[in-house]
Amino acid sequence: MSPSDVLLRGREITRRWGGLVAVDRVSLELRRGSVHAVIGTNGAGKSTLINILSGEIAPSAGQVELLGQDVTAWTQPRRARAGLGRSYQRNTIYPTFSVFENCRLAAQARTPKPWQWWQDAQRCEASTSAARAAATRAGLDTLLDRSAGLLSHGEKRQLEIAMCLATAPQVLLLDEPLAGMGAEETERMLALLAELRTGHAILLVEHDMDAVFRIADRITVMVNGAVIASDTPGAVRCSPEVRAAYLGDH
Amino acid sequence: MRGKSAFVTAAFVLLALFPLVAGDYGIDLATKIMIFAVFALSLELLVGATGLVCFGQAAFFGIGAYAAVLLSPADGAASLLWLLPACVAASALYALFVGALSLRTKGVYFIMVTLAFAQMAFYVVHDTPLGGGTDGIYLNAKPALGSLLDLDKPLLLYGFTLACLVATFGFLAVLLRSRFGRALAGIKVNEQRMRATGFSTYPYKLAAFVISGGLAGLAGFLFAVKDGFVNPELMSWHFSGAVLIMIILGGLGHLRGALIGAFAFALLQEFFKSEAIFGEFARHWTLGLGLTIIASVALLPNGLVGVPGQLRDRLAGRLTGSRSAQAGKPQ
Repeated sequence: MSPSDVLLRGREITRRWGGLVAVDRVSLELRRGSVHAVIGTNGAGKSTLINILSGEIAPSAGQVELLGQDVTAWTQPRRARAGLGRSYQRNTIYPTFSVFENCRLAAQARTPKPWQWWQDAQRCEASTSAARAAATRAGLDTLLDRSAGLLSHGEKRQLEIAMCLATAPQVLLLDEPLAGMGAEETERMLALLAELRTGHAILLVEHDMDAVFRIADRITVMVNGAVIASDTPGAVRCSPEVRAAYLGDH
Repeated sequence: MRGKSAFVTAAFVLLALFPLVAGDYGIDLATKIMIFAVFALSLELLVGATGLVCFGQAAFFGIGAYAAVLLSPADGAASLLWLLPACVAASALYALFVGALSLRTKGVYFIMVTLAFAQMAFYVVHDTPLGGGTDGIYLNAKPALGSLLDLDKPLLLYGFTLACLVATFGFLAVLLRSRFGRALAGIKVNEQRMRATGFSTYPYKLAAFVISGGLAGLAGFLFAVKDGFVNPELMSWHFSGAVLIMIILGGLGHLRGALIGAFAFALLQEFFKSEAIFGEFARHWTLGLGLTIIASVALLPNGLVGVPGQLRDRLAGRLTGSRSAQAGKPQ
């Protein structure tokens, strides 16, 4: 794999909250066409890591590189416009808007044009077509007019992904996309992730171990903010440190 | 959707026809209420559309009003052509300053900071020779547009105010369905998500704040022209509170809510002040007004705009209730 395939790179990322080190010198590389899972117990620093990579909080030390550029000092909106999309652990959709408008508003970030105040947003060709495409890809094409707050939990998680896709990102940071999903919904989401793998670099934070070991190309294991292993699923499964610290010997 | 625009159109048509049946007092009152409606619409853009609760809106209203008086030449009438834009610009400029600083805060801090900036403006006109102190100042001559439009004539002022109200309403309606307006709606619902999506939300909020301030300045300008007189009360926090109550009473999140709220608030005020109805008790009109507002906020969570929907829900609830009762009966 050529180095240009590394779309997002974290170097020695550290975040301290007072005396607590939430993320301790974590380095990772996300490559196009691969799913990189980060696992760890609650409080291991996974969500903090996503927040730092997406620019929601600043690291105490370390560096974030997006598409070969140092973006450590960039704001979150700027990183998002440069191709970094994220989803949230808890649903952060716009519940009062329709499914379509949720996606359209996300897509609008690509063509904001706020000074064209006289033009109806629904006539914004760029955002409406991107929204329709993203919703279709996430399997929501039959629910476009439904109010987002009325969706089932699984559909809301799909909408999270659709909103993420509508901004045409190259890197996807997905914070527990499978949380609270039933077996059937999980299968649908995994199929979607497998499909998205082509063309995107995906960071997946997830608690569902079966799903992670099925889909991930690479797994990073965090304990107390530090990385104890980062390898292929097979190697991680066999690693004695990981078994001791996290997976449980059984 | 059609019902809403039909309602607004009907309201504007009625307002346009109102002078045919109204006397001097009616014209004056309706002019005042329409000015309040413009003011309420300006705040609706911030509170209802963007989710920014500004508790200092009267400052922008007052600056528009004071600018109208202070910028008018001592001899003869100013031209509307430059005085009106100048007043709007003065308010918008102060809004740019206040917004740039206060929008760095959120929630209750934002409320308090906007209040503080409004109080600052209040004391500038209250305690310095610039604003004529507590007594206020008189407008020498009301602005005109050549011989075409002399705002000294109540009927012409009424028409001009109505035109300003319709224009403000139309402008905001178009603005809110544009990309800019949709982004404001997104910021109201979930600003963090908007940032994660790629919107720099601060410039959006600042632009909304400046537009809102400018529109409040327009209302202030109209008010100064109508009364021919300004005083510091126009910038007091009571007035900022009153306009907040107007839009809450009418129903947040709807432009016509601001319209309905302004009329409801002003008419309630007139009602409780009326000595013909309340006699001696009319002196305590604030009590009646306050109790009515508390009752309506408690009973109408969505404001007056939500009344038809509430009735429909109640009716539908009764229907499905009786239907399920029937279904429950043994065959």
